[in-house]
Amino acid sequence: MDSLAILAVLPRLRRYARALVGNREAADDLVQDTLERAWTRLSQWQAGSDLRAWLFSIMHNLRIDQMRRPAPPMASFEDEAIDLPVRATQSDRIEVSDLGAALAALPEEQRAVVLLVAIEDMSYAEVAATLDIPLGTVMSRLARGRERLRQILENRVPPVQLKIVR
Amino acid sequence: MTASPVPTSDLHAYVDGELPAARHAEVATWLDEHPEERLRVESWRKQKDDLRRLFDPVLDEPLPDRLTALASELPPARAKPWSIFSARSPRFLQRLAAGLAIAFVSGASGWLAHDLYHPPVHLAQLSQFPRQAAIAHAVFSPDIRRPVEISAEHEDQLITWLSKRLGAPIRAPRLAKLGYELIGGRLLPGDNGPVAQFMYQDASGERLTLYVGTENTNNRDTAFRFAQEGAVNVFYWIDGKFGYAISAGVPKDALARVATAVYEQFQHE
Repeated sequence: MDSLAILAVLPRLRRYARALVGNREAADDLVQDTLERAWTRLSQWQAGSDLRAWLFSIMHNLRIDQMRRPAPPMASFEDEAIDLPVRATQSDRIEVSDLGAALAALPEEQRAVVLLVAIEDMSYAEVAATLDIPLGTVMSRLARGRERLRQILENRVPPVQLKIVR
Repeated sequence: MTASPVPTSDLHAYVDGELPAARHAEVATWLDEHPEERLRVESWRKQKDDLRRLFDPVLDEPLPDRLTALASELPPARAKPWSIFSARSPRFLQRLAAGLAIAFVSGASGWLAHDLYHPPVHLAQLSQFPRQAAIAHAVFSPDIRRPVEISAEHEDQLITWLSKRLGAPIRAPRLAKLGYELIGGRLLPGDNGPVAQFMYQDASGERLTLYVGTENTNNRDTAFRFAQEGAVNVFYWIDGKFGYAISAGVPKDALARVATAVYEQFQHE
């Protein structure tokens, strides 16, 4: 693990953390904690293995720890300004902010899978390894997360599942 | 041609390029015949693109200083686990060396590799043994004038006395190679009877204690476990009828070396 390799992965860690956590400060805190934990666990890292995967796993475990801890008194998530990067185009901006809000409404376990596949372009196997969950769980969380996002964006209440019989 | 319905999981796998080529082509053909499913698949694909477009700008943001600083090393203020290595050469290289050293030690004694670096478990969740060891360490090790009942000058008496009270022969391991000299020991009450505490000190005055109890009534042998109570780090394990706990305010990796040495000395008796 050397500095250059970490610097190279850092923007991606930040991007994922931002997408996962929503809030810029909290996301960078998560990245900071991840790096600190990585340094203290240097002995666990196998030279030559995928640094990105290792750091993403550490971040994921930290996130689990954070969520298990009783939350400190703070404003509810809805009240918090979600600090999302926006593109320049005005029309896109509205659409894209909707997506950010919809994403925040997903359960975190689904959000993580959807994001790793979409923005990190991980294979299902890589997601399973990073999150330490079975492949089948990756696929079911992905399917549920994507459908939920789609429904939120299309401003629909979750429909009753109707089977079309031909 | 493609009569059987395609499961949703395959549709997602199709979007993500996870299907083998033949199956991919099959699903594509099936989608041509099922426009409503194709719409769904297209909406997922668009969602994927939108997520990337939404968060890709983060990649181009300037990196906060607090993060770039951490890319090269752990800042000294938070460098506790490594502080045993003082700043004689670049800290990064030392840390790397330390990592390799630990990896070597772990490899050398296979049983250590698995359990040494399990995440610390809070003591309250575990047996009282390591907790009592940590408390005994915290109570007696700061004592300047009377840290022990019987000093190392009378080690023979100390060993005879403690062995008699514990009902089994014990001795104080030699830790001089690691820089720790025996100062002495004392007898303490434990849950299941008397417990022995040996105290060691290094040249800088840092003290560590070895807590030995015959606590092993129900438990089987264990590998090393790590726990921490406040500033006190504890490695403990059970071997035969004895329970051992090494406590000190030193970093985990340094303490691991001591624990390894103690374990090996008792193994080779």
